Amino acid sequence: MENTITNIIEKYNNDPLRLMDILIDIQENFGFIGNDAVKEIALALNMSEVDVEQTITFYHFLSTEPRGKYAIYLNNSVVSIMYGQKTIKATFEKEVGISFGQVTADGSIGLFDTACIGMNDQEPAAIINNHVFTKLTPYRVREIVKSMRQGKDMDELINESYGDGKNHLPSLKSMVSSNIRRKGMVLSDNYVYGSVTKLMLPNLSPEAVIQEIKTSHIRGRGGAGFPTGLKWEFCRRAKGDNHFVICNADEGEPGTFKDRVILTEKPELVFEGMVLAGYAIGSDEGILYLRYEYRYMKEYLEDVISTMLKNNLLGSNIAGIDGFNFDIRIQFGAGAYVCGEESALLESLEGKRGEPRDKPPFPVEKGYLNQPTIINNVETFATAVRIVENGGEWFTQFGTEDSTGTKILSISGDCLFPGVYEVNWGFNVNDMLDMVGAYDVQAVQVGGPSGTLIGPDEFHRTLGYSDLSTGGSMIIFGMQRNLLQDVVLNFMEFFIDESCGSCSTCRNMPHVLKNKLEKIINGKGVKGDLADLKEWSKVLNASRCGLGQTAANPIISSLKNFRHLYENLLQRDKEFDQGFDLITSVQRSCKYVKRVPKFHPIE
Amino acid sequence: MKEEQKMSKPILATTSLAGCFGCHMSILDIDERILQLIELVEFNKSPINDIKTFTKAVDIGIIEGGCCNSENVEILKYFRKNCKILISIGECAIMGGLPALRNGIPIEECIHEAYIGGPTVQLNKNHILPNDDELPMLLDRVYPCHEIVKIDYFLPGCPPQADLIWNALVALITGDPMKLPYEVIKFD
Ligand SMILES: Cc1cc2nc3c(=O)[nH]c(=O)nc-3n(C[C@H](O)[C@H](O)[C@H](O)COP(=O)(O)O)c2cc1C
Ligand code: SF4
Repeated sequence: MENTITNIIEKYNNDPLRLMDILIDIQENFGFIGNDAVKEIALALNMSEVDVEQTITFYHFLSTEPRGKYAIYLNNSVVSIMYGQKTIKATFEKEVGISFGQVTADGSIGLFDTACIGMNDQEPAAIINNHVFTKLTPYRVREIVKSMRQGKDMDELINESYGDGKNHLPSLKSMVSSNIRRKGMVLSDNYVYGSVTKLMLPNLSPEAVIQEIKTSHIRGRGGAGFPTGLKWEFCRRAKGDNHFVICNADEGEPGTFKDRVILTEKPELVFEGMVLAGYAIGSDEGILYLRYEYRYMKEYLEDVISTMLKNNLLGSNIAGIDGFNFDIRIQFGAGAYVCGEESALLESLEGKRGEPRDKPPFPVEKGYLNQPTIINNVETFATAVRIVENGGEWFTQFGTEDSTGTKILSISGDCLFPGVYEVNWGFNVNDMLDMVGAYDVQAVQVGGPSGTLIGPDEFHRTLGYSDLSTGGSMIIFGMQRNLLQDVVLNFMEFFIDESCGSCSTCRNMPHVLKNKLEKIINGKGVKGDLADLKEWSKVLNASRCGLGQTAANPIISSLKNFRHLYENLLQRDKEFDQGFDLITSVQRSCKYVKRVPKFHPIE
Repeated sequence: MKEEQKMSKPILATTSLAGCFGCHMSILDIDERILQLIELVEFNKSPINDIKTFTKAVDIGIIEGGCCNSENVEILKYFRKNCKILISIGECAIMGGLPALRNGIPIEECIHEAYIGGPTVQLNKNHILPNDDELPMLLDRVYPCHEIVKIDYFLPGCPPQADLIWNALVALITGDPMKLPYEVIKFD
């Protein structure tokens, strides 16, 4: 064992910046990262043991305790639950004989919850030893557990057909489906990979590339919508020993899965976009920060990179341009939504806990290793290639004035055809619902938990930065759903789980709000609670990053658009009720000292 | 408070629940102003005069301490029923305070530590756990007062400074704006 840990550390040249890789490899090889490993890493990397430990304990998929020979991570996000996650969970527990959060006594099987794994169009889904199992049913669960009991290896556990598109490729062999249901410029098949790099780049200056991006008015596709051309220009101008291009493929916002599909079906386009960006800002190193949930794509994406290297689309003197060198490597996260936030992502890239940095300085000035860095979403890079190919001007004919181009939507929930749809910006919600076959819709969550929950009287609104801004997550809820119990509460739990804990606001207030919401759901609410929810959530504006700043959005937007759901639950005859019940609260102590509770109200 | 709402000779009551009486000491710390206070208000149920039950409707009830047992809860409710205005004073009433340190520990463990397992438990050879009907019953955790009844005002501090209590009472009684100089609300 000791030897292998040594080998793993040496594989990454004892480099503290590669701590994440070291930890992930050890976790995968041994099922946990024990004390001995921590000691050895600390010694080899010349860091303190607590520094190693604090990185381990930050990430959901890293553990200091054994997670089992087969570690099962079942998605507990809202759409998974809508598609029967509770039954699947109960079946796992029954078949394995343990509860979630535990490992069997023989160390063979571990059961764990996990946040949205980017499979909302094929739920319920689970990750087992880096393989994604989609569309689980109780029968399938029994089969899987039986195979595990027989000690079968992972390939034997997969007895269904592979998914559509490229998922059948030998390097992927995944049962995930891409479910592309509408193509636009990014998902279209009419682009010949490498043609922009080979045919156009040699005749374009870096400034000219940036100019096309600026002319296109494209804004970042990751959610925040910052103008991409400006970002690249700032970074090009910033002084540094080196510049870096980072592709943000953390895709942690529940309900989003389009980056998974783009990376499965069009990885060459994404990497070529990174090459263009590298050329534009003067960088020779790109990193794809990929969420651990997509670990099953590792071999496949590495294959794509090496093919591009062979074809001189990566590597040295790319496309014959003298002195233009650019390499791409993949860095995996280890399960933390906040690592999608760009500065937390940088911390994680450097092998640390994914805690957001204070801004400014912004990454374009001081990013990875304190050097000028651009961080863009997967879709932004892919789109950039089509912009340079066809010109920025051409791009503006798609979409609306303030939101040019197309947007790839991840649509899931109560509809006939969940999947990925590339539409022009300016699409309205009614059309979207008709497009995906969604009838009797109660509400749509636009932009994931940090976005907004809208009802039918707002379905005329359009997708775009000036109206309904979205990173692409669209979750549809039919009439049969209990919005407060099933949706809002689930989202609040998500934020509570995913807070990095740096800010006292974000660490505490979501708990307080969730408790109040539960109190209302349990019929103990009074009118004043609604005002409290609204007022208290303002405290979250003082948080450092977008996670905390938006953590009350599920409550705020449902209060605004579905106020009647709250009001129907309130007690009409009471002004004040904190939900305290004397009889309940003395039960435990009385039981322990063996006495029958007796009450003496003072009159 | 507006002119017409001014109280004639307001009636005051106080109690200490799961507190240490430190807040009451702080009330007494107003020193010679206690004579003025007696001019301003009439005392009803309070440890200060040892009146045990409310004898009339009270205007202002002052609560020290949070609720750690059933008796605290009953008294707090009794105060709410009999007082127009309730003020939580001090950390324990407002947040649970020191007693709430037990909130992270299961109540069964707390009782066990206190009567059986603790290093200073010497005499309880028969491992008797107090369960006489006359004793208050322990709550699963310690609650601040406003989680049980509606509280109108909060005066923070551990204890709140005498001047803070004094200023608040005078403001409430006279209807003048409350004086809040830095010295009375700094806590170090
Ligand atoms: C909590 C949080 C999570 C985020 N997750 C992602 C993500 O998974 N993918 C992404 O592209 N951007 C994410 N972002 C936005 C990034 O910080 C950043 O704005 C984006 O990657 C920039 O790329 P773009 O301009 O191409 O959109 C997240 C932001 C926050 C606050
Ligand atoms: S807002 Fe939340 S997630 Fe963001 S830095 Fe603060 S504690 Fe961390």
